[in-house]
Amino acid sequence: MTFGGGPLGDPGDLLRLQDPRGPRLVRDRDALRSTAVALVSTVVVFVALGLLVVNAPGWTAVQRSFLNGAVFAKSLPAIVGSFWVNVQLFLVAEVLILVLGLALAILRSLPGPVFFPMRLMATIYTDIFRALPGVLVIYILGFGMPGLGIEAIPKEPFFWAVVSLTLIYSAYVSEVYRAGIESIHPSQEAAARSLGLSRVQSLRYVIVPQAIRRVIPPLLNDFIGLQKDTVLVSYVGVVEIFRQSYIKQAANFNFTPYIATALVFLVVTIPLARLTDVLVQRDRRRAAASSR
Amino acid sequence: MRTAAGGRAGAPAAATPALFVADLHKSFGQLEVLRGIDLLVAQHEVVCLIGASGSGKSTLLRCVNLLEPIDAGRIYLAGEEITAPGVDVNRIRRRIGIVFQAFNLFPHMSVLANVTLAPRKVLRLAPAEAADRALALLERFGLADKRAEFPDRLSGGQQQRVAIVRALAMEPELLLLDEVTSALDPELVAEVLAVIRELARGGMTMLIATHEMGFARDIANRVCFLDAGRILEEGPPEQIFRAPRAERTQRFLQRVMEAGRL
Repeated sequence: MTFGGGPLGDPGDLLRLQDPRGPRLVRDRDALRSTAVALVSTVVVFVALGLLVVNAPGWTAVQRSFLNGAVFAKSLPAIVGSFWVNVQLFLVAEVLILVLGLALAILRSLPGPVFFPMRLMATIYTDIFRALPGVLVIYILGFGMPGLGIEAIPKEPFFWAVVSLTLIYSAYVSEVYRAGIESIHPSQEAAARSLGLSRVQSLRYVIVPQAIRRVIPPLLNDFIGLQKDTVLVSYVGVVEIFRQSYIKQAANFNFTPYIATALVFLVVTIPLARLTDVLVQRDRRRAAASSR
Repeated sequence: MRTAAGGRAGAPAAATPALFVADLHKSFGQLEVLRGIDLLVAQHEVVCLIGASGSGKSTLLRCVNLLEPIDAGRIYLAGEEITAPGVDVNRIRRRIGIVFQAFNLFPHMSVLANVTLAPRKVLRLAPAEAADRALALLERFGLADKRAEFPDRLSGGQQQRVAIVRALAMEPELLLLDEVTSALDPELVAEVLAVIRELARGGMTMLIATHEMGFARDIANRVCFLDAGRILEEGPPEQIFRAPRAERTQRFLQRVMEAGRL
């Protein structure tokens, strides 16, 4: 760091005299200054945006129908209560997705002509369920399967909601797993096979455990998506958070319950998104460290 | 083919060779890497494969371990043809150990787990017994204190020694070493070579691809010079290194000597 000052009165000299880590102190001061600039510009931008919204011609009407404190307080307990249904959907589906997705990925990773039918079926499956809009799958299964009238087939919408979400998300998750499996260097399989492990054993003990570790961040990303997509099952009559907020909206002639629902999702999803980012960063650092 | 009755004093001359390779051919696409390899390794014999990069040393080892399918020829392990159709490759591979240039340890497992995985899952040893045997081996090679470490916390030399122990834990009849010191910093080479010397003293049958000519001269009962997919010349180390007959061998050793590696 250079200062243009003369022999006397140079502020940099003074700092260096007071503290042997002089330049460090200057760096700290610079960091402080950029933080301050960021803070000020953020405040300015948000205040400007806020003023724009508040001065919009329809603001008072929107405020009345979307930001009604009384309706918010009245509807929030029921909304949070219904969110429990989403949590159950999510938890059950997530476990099933992790298992089915891994099974599909392993089927698609099996080499050789003998396993061609398995690879073909797994490929067709992932193609179909990635191509279909989720809402359609939920509609078709949720109304169609109980409609068959077969005694053994469950009729509860919750059951078909879980099945639909599992089918849809397993297709995505299997691709994530597969990318992870393919990212493991072939020398790992060579080492495992050379010790006498069978193909299945080397997948199970050597390849898949390493692959799973690698794909945890992208898997979490898919689960953020799943968490939000649980609202889609409201279409087949499951009273979950979105259906509940619709009920409250209709009862109060007011849209504030939707804002309450949005807040619930923000509170739950943002920490998960942050965690994902932290894990991605950690993996990136680790990859950089191991490729010294 | 030369007889290969082991030169080491005290090693009993065994009737069946540990390894017999006959007219082995292997191509990768258009490139013919092995062009008729004939090789005999007697029980308790140490054979070193030398030759330039690309001469086929590594491919030969990978073929012997059935990691690469061969195009023609036969390979016999203790008299049993392992290239016959219908042979259970997993059963054969557990009898042959291989150590790779890049270690290939399992990074998600501790040292002990690396060593015990195959004994537990392939030999179906009880975990406690597998651990006992692994610890005895780790102890023998000065690695007992590293049992709980993960591979990325070890030096290259330590990783390679663990890789050797991992192969030994299967009690192989034959150990293949594929340029095991080539990826190591020079100061770490000696500790790995010391382990191999110790194994040779113990009578382990080994087929070693190496660039360490001094080491090959010390440890080998027999040295084979590979050139363009064939064994051009083979014999006791004194003869290969002091009085090579083939002109190509002479030129190869000349270049090695100029590089200060002999």
